[in-house]
Amino acid sequence: MSFSLEAGEVMGLVGESGSGKSVSARSLMKLNAKNAVYGADTKITLHLDDGPVDVMALETARDMKIVRGGAISMIFQEPMASFAPAITIGSQMVEQLQIHTDMTRKKAREVSIAMLDRVGISDPAKRFTQYAFELSGGMRQRAMIAMALSTRPKLLIADEPTTALDVTIQAQVLDLMKDLVAEFGMGIIFITHDLGVIAQIADTVAVMYLGRLVEQGPVREVIRNPVHPYTKGLLAALPQLDDLDAELVPVAGDIPSPLERPAGCVFHTRCGVAIDGVCQRVVPLFTQLSDDHRVSCHRASEQQVVV
Amino acid sequence: MSAPLIATRKLSVHYPLRGGIIGQRPIVRAVDSVSISVPKGSFFGLVGESGSGKTTFGRALLRAAPISAGDVVYDDGEVRYEVGRIQAKELKSYRTRAQMIFQDPYAALSPRMTVRDIIAEPLEVMGLTESREQTDLQVREIAAKCRLNLEHLRRFPHAFSGGQRQRISIARTLVARPRFVVADEAVAALDVSIQADVLNLLQALQQELGLTYLFISHDLSVVAHICDHVAVMYLGQVMESAPTRELFAAPRHPYTKALMSAIPSLDPDRRDRAQKLEGEIPSPTDPPSGCKFHTRCPVATEQCRREEPRLTRAGEDHEVACLRWEELFEPTPGGLPAHRPPPEIRGVREAGNT
Repeated sequence: MSFSLEAGEVMGLVGESGSGKSVSARSLMKLNAKNAVYGADTKITLHLDDGPVDVMALETARDMKIVRGGAISMIFQEPMASFAPAITIGSQMVEQLQIHTDMTRKKAREVSIAMLDRVGISDPAKRFTQYAFELSGGMRQRAMIAMALSTRPKLLIADEPTTALDVTIQAQVLDLMKDLVAEFGMGIIFITHDLGVIAQIADTVAVMYLGRLVEQGPVREVIRNPVHPYTKGLLAALPQLDDLDAELVPVAGDIPSPLERPAGCVFHTRCGVAIDGVCQRVVPLFTQLSDDHRVSCHRASEQQVVV
Repeated sequence: MSAPLIATRKLSVHYPLRGGIIGQRPIVRAVDSVSISVPKGSFFGLVGESGSGKTTFGRALLRAAPISAGDVVYDDGEVRYEVGRIQAKELKSYRTRAQMIFQDPYAALSPRMTVRDIIAEPLEVMGLTESREQTDLQVREIAAKCRLNLEHLRRFPHAFSGGQRQRISIARTLVARPRFVVADEAVAALDVSIQADVLNLLQALQQELGLTYLFISHDLSVVAHICDHVAVMYLGQVMESAPTRELFAAPRHPYTKALMSAIPSLDPDRRDRAQKLEGEIPSPTDPPSGCKFHTRCPVATEQCRREEPRLTRAGEDHEVACLRWEELFEPTPGGLPAHRPPPEIRGVREAGNT
C-alpha cells in the first residue's frame, strides 16, 4: 500500500477488524512485533525540518527515538492500558519530554501542565500528580493526547482513539483534535471503523481490506461517490439518524483469515458484483477516478457511469 | 399499546459504599425511582452514557442486581412474577422466561467448551430436557435459527469471528425459549459491517420466537433503527421516553437533543452542530441537586438547580422530565424527520442496498 500525508492533513484509515489498519500505522514507527517482515521494496520517508528520514533504515532503538515519540506520536483506543498504572500522569509526561528534548525537569513540568490545560483538563496542576485510574475515560484520552503532543510531533497516529468513549465525549475529543491540528499543524492518521467519525474529522480517507488499500480519496468524494463495493458496503451498514427507514445491509460474510487470503481481488469472496473468472484470479490495479480519488476494483470503470 | 410484559414502578438500585462514618455511608444511586413498562412484543430501547444506570436497570429486571426499593412485575399471561420477591429456588424458573445477551462475545463464551456445550448449558443447568438427544435437538434447532452452521457445533469459540461468536451467544440465550431478553450493548463490540447482520438477526428472531427485548445501548443511531420505543436515562433516572419516531422527530429533553447531535454525521459538510454537551456525567455518589442534568444543560435556569422535574406527559405515549420543555419546544413543520440528508448521500445508501 502507498499513501502520502501532508502536514496539517488528517487521513482516515478505515476498515474492519483484521484489515491491517493498525499494522500499517505501526509500521511507520517500526513498532510491529519482532517477527514482522517488511517487504524488500518498502519505503517510508518522513520529511522533517532538517531533511528526510528513511524510517526503514533505522535499526537501533536509539536511532528509532527520532520517530518513536519524537517526530511521530501515537494514541490508542484504551488509554488505561497505555498509561503505566503505578506512575503519576505527570511523571510519565516529564519522562518522555526528557527523553525527546533537552528540557530541564522544571521546564518539562511547566510544558506538561500547560499541555494538560490546553486539552481541556480542569485543574491541570492537580491532575499532573494523579494516576491514570483516577481519571474518567474521556479525561484519560485527553491526557493521552496531551502527552502525545507535548513533544510537538509532526505526525500523530490515532488508533481508534474515540471507539471506547461515549458519543458525547467522542464529539468533544474530535473537536479538540480538530483544534489541535489547526494550532500545531501536525498530520494525523486517524484509524477507525466508523465512517461517521471519518466524515467528521478527516480530509482524506483510505479504505483497507485484508492488508490492501481498496479505495482512497478526499473524504467528500469517497463518502458521496464510493466506487469500491466494500466502501459502499461499509456505508450501507452504518445506521444513520437521517434516514430511519433505510434498511441496514451487512457486508455479507466475515473477513477471511489473513492466512487464507483469497486469490485475485481480496474482496471477491464477499463481493456482490464480482465478475466470474476475473475477480477470483486477477488482482485489480488502481483506477484513477480523478486527481486524487483512486480505487482498486475490476468494475471501477463501469461503476463510474452508474454513480 | 399492548399489555406490559415487564413493568417497574419506582424501581431503585442503591449500592452503599464501604468506608465513611457508620450511618453516613455514601450511597451510589445507580437506578433511582424508575418506572418503565415494556409492552409485550416490543423492541424497547434504553440509552444513555456510561454511568447512567442502564445496565444496572437491565440487570435488576433479571434479579441480577439487588432491588433496593420499588416493584418489578413480569407477566406473560401464563406466569406472573413479582421479581423483587422471587425466592432463590424460584429464580431458575424465572430465568427460563427472562434472559440476557452480553456485550463482549469474546469474554462471554468459555474457551474450553464446544459451541454445542455452550449452547446446551442453560438447558442442562435448568434441567429442561430429559435426554441428551432432546438437548441436541433443541441446540440444533436454535443454532439453525441463529444461522449457525451446524457443522460448527463441535468446534471451540476461538475458531470464530466476533459476529459468529455473538450469534453463538444469542443461541445460548434463546435455547431455553425465554420470552423476555435483555440485550446489553449486544452490538457495541462489533464492526459496523457485522453489527448490521446481528441487528437483523435479532429482529428476525423477535418475529419468529415472539420475543420482547430490552435493548440497552449508548448508540442512538442503532437504537433509532431497531427499537420501537426508547427511554433515555441519565444518572439513574429516566429523562425522556417516547416511541422511536416521535422521539427522534421531536426530542423534548435537552439531554436527548445533545445525545442526538453528538452522533457523527456521514455528511462532511455538517461538521458544526448546535448542541455540544460540555463536561462529563457527574458521580452518582454525589448527584447534583434539582434536575440532575442541570450541571451540563445548555438551557438550565436557577429553578433547575433547586427543583427536581417529574416525568410528565408530553404527547402520545411520550414523557419528559424537564421543567422547561414546553417553553423550549419548537414543533418541526411537516413532521419527521427534522432534516434530510443531501440527495447524494441518500443515493449512496440506496445504491448500497441493491
